[in-house]
Amino acid sequence: MKTKLHLAMIAGLLAIVLLPSCKPKDTSSAVTGDAASKSYVAPGKYDEFYNFVSGGFSGQMSCYGLPSGRLLRVIPVFAVDPEKGWGYSEETKPMLNTSHGFVPWDDLHHTEMSQTNGEVDGRWVFGNANNTPRVARIDLTTFRTVEIIELPNSAGNHSSPFITENTEYVIAGTRFSVPSDNADGDVAINTYKQNFKGYLSFISVGKDDGKMDIAFQLACPGVNFDLSHAGKGKSHGWFFFSCYNTEQANSLLEVNASQRDKDFIMAVNWKKAEEYIKAGKGKKVPAKYAHNTYSDATHSATSEMKTDVMVLDTKEFTDICYMIPCPKSPHGCDVDPTGEYIVGSGKLAALIPVFSFDKVQAAIANKAFDGQFDGINVIKYEAALYGEVKKPGLGPLHTEFDGKGNAYTSFFVSSEVVKWNIKDLKVLDRVPTFYSVGHLCVPGGDSKKPFGKYLIAYNKITKDRFLPTGPELSQSAQLFDISGEKMQMILDFPTIGEPHYAQAAPADLIRKNQVKIFKIDENKHAYVTKGEKESKVVREGNKVHVYMTAIRSHFSPDNIEGVKMGDEVYFHVTNLEQDWDVPHGFAIKGAINAELLIMPGETATLKWIPEKVGIFPMYCTDFCSALHQEMQGYIRVSPAGSNVPLMFSLGNTIDGKAPATK
Amino acid sequence: MKKLTSLFASMVVCLSLLLGACSEEKATPDPQAEVSQPAPVGQSGVSDDVSQKDIVKVAVGSKDHTTLVAALKAADYVDVLANAGPFTVFAPTNAAFAKLPAGTVEDLVKPEKKETLRNILEYHVSVGVYKTEQFTDGQMLDQANSEKVKIGVKDGKITVNGATIIASVPAANGIIHVIDGVLLPQTK
Repeated sequence: MKTKLHLAMIAGLLAIVLLPSCKPKDTSSAVTGDAASKSYVAPGKYDEFYNFVSGGFSGQMSCYGLPSGRLLRVIPVFAVDPEKGWGYSEETKPMLNTSHGFVPWDDLHHTEMSQTNGEVDGRWVFGNANNTPRVARIDLTTFRTVEIIELPNSAGNHSSPFITENTEYVIAGTRFSVPSDNADGDVAINTYKQNFKGYLSFISVGKDDGKMDIAFQLACPGVNFDLSHAGKGKSHGWFFFSCYNTEQANSLLEVNASQRDKDFIMAVNWKKAEEYIKAGKGKKVPAKYAHNTYSDATHSATSEMKTDVMVLDTKEFTDICYMIPCPKSPHGCDVDPTGEYIVGSGKLAALIPVFSFDKVQAAIANKAFDGQFDGINVIKYEAALYGEVKKPGLGPLHTEFDGKGNAYTSFFVSSEVVKWNIKDLKVLDRVPTFYSVGHLCVPGGDSKKPFGKYLIAYNKITKDRFLPTGPELSQSAQLFDISGEKMQMILDFPTIGEPHYAQAAPADLIRKNQVKIFKIDENKHAYVTKGEKESKVVREGNKVHVYMTAIRSHFSPDNIEGVKMGDEVYFHVTNLEQDWDVPHGFAIKGAINAELLIMPGETATLKWIPEKVGIFPMYCTDFCSALHQEMQGYIRVSPAGSNVPLMFSLGNTIDGKAPATK
Repeated sequence: MKKLTSLFASMVVCLSLLLGACSEEKATPDPQAEVSQPAPVGQSGVSDDVSQKDIVKVAVGSKDHTTLVAALKAADYVDVLANAGPFTVFAPTNAAFAKLPAGTVEDLVKPEKKETLRNILEYHVSVGVYKTEQFTDGQMLDQANSEKVKIGVKDGKITVNGATIIASVPAANGIIHVIDGVLLPQTK
């Protein structure tokens, strides 16, 4: 009897234990059975998409494969990266030069891939620096940052770097309005309304070489420009910017910039602005901003300081900018693939207004205005409105499109993604995200031709999603299959922080264009060493130039003497390898610097100022071969005024000369 | 006892009902299990016509080394020599192999002789890059099969175990010294 009782008790306990596992749809059971197969990419197989994700306060851009979520590369952009020598080597330091001097960090919020005819073309991806305003261009044949341009008259470059449909321009709107760089900025902060302006930069992009230049800036009323997107198709020639703080507050914006029921989406006729510039209506204004470019021929960057910028004051021209009222501090400003519908997302709103480009044009033609804002005509809300998505969720932020007539909007406050139909504005599906979603990405999702298939939600808070790692947790990306009627979550993966906007493109657009090696014969670096026999050490006053080569598995030279205290030593290391994926690294003990990581055929330079007398080892940091641990050398540092002669050797070759034969 | 058994049975029924209640949550058969593993291909399978040729690609491109290449394939030694290395490979020419007693090569490429052939080929490989100017008379090199070869430098002629180096070809992952004889290890 006792046994029976025990068994009954065990059965009861088991039932209690097992029951909770049947709890419907908690955070872990939201994934259904075939999720694994949908995100599984077998070992040795490639992903279907490249995904370029902004690295937020890391200052970098990361590249993932989709659908696996494999991290393929972190591309250093605005922050130094000791791993790659970015910002540490003499060649890359100029890339981080600004009008403020060398800036080793920034905050990269948005990525935007180049387009041709409104379709993603896989040539470049742009990124914005939010703190010290800049725009970077990354070359997708090398996955390297090849150009960075600073933006004058700007602060908090948030509304950036969005492009026009043929990458004619990269656009960058200032988040903070500020007095112009050329004005006396020593003014009382509460004179915001009189002295602060918001500038929109139109950066032209070379059709073939991608070279950037600020074509012109539009001086606009002082507000916060938040996000933007270009018109496309029928609305090509227009750009749409969300603005908040139209209260023009300069303190406690949390309250003071949330007073008005509606802020604005500003519609900008940039073709018209172009006409005025061509007609000589712009003014060249003194400004100081850096333009940095990296050359794969010299393997070096140069920084040029520009001294003026063309500005068009929109107050003088009433047919460039128009304000469209948009509820509750708009954030995302997204244009559907047809170019007809402009979706505004009020951070505090409980609806999504969708504006019609045709109606906006008609309103302008019919002067359906409702007064002015700081000299800019305000279009009547109803005159521009196509319709509102009712009760979609709380706090819409960003919208992407699948090319099948559907829109996907993220809701930060209600932590969900909502799918809705653009035509009838009906909500079709909603899924929770874990937690507090910011941006969304559909491959090609802001272009004329989205590739659809997947949607990725970039979440701010992860709490219980991954194994905890102390107070700071990684951010998460959540991958959804959107090929069916219902969205299906298929994968969670951590990202480098903090992801904001991201873009994705089919792998085939990019994969085939990859540079494997740099041809040593084409290396035009000023200090290249094209063969071991050319390696040498040259003294020029207190500068010692080491022309060094690296090849499996030694440096030439690997013994150097005659360096003295007070010298500056420059190790110009050329990687002689001509074999894909065989970089060599270089590091020297005590260097207040980083390593070099030198690609095949490339030359990179580490500056080293010895700080004491003695023997300093140097070695290859990238496991290159079976004899990698043998790839090392020594440098001798003697006191200032020492008579130790400058000498370099490799094996029994001294000062480049082979020993006399017997 | 009977009662106990029936109680146990009812418990099982109860449990299976409980489990059954979760069936809609349960995964369909794991599709991962059905994904076939790709056939393993080593570095020799990497498609790359931009990089400098590695030792295997140099040998494959040489009309004087068709016997060596056939032997490397038979001994399943191709991928190793396509790896990072670095290697020094003494590469006997077709003529060198032809000097062996009739039928030797045909015998060695038989599947049952794979280990013997591999041992012979490994005897032609050093880990490290030895350029001709780095050889000295009487120098001993450790070979990949754990035996040593002896270098001779006399009257401008460099030999390895008596076979003459007739040409040297740099490769991405090392160097090839073309020799006019096959090196035969002590061990089988």
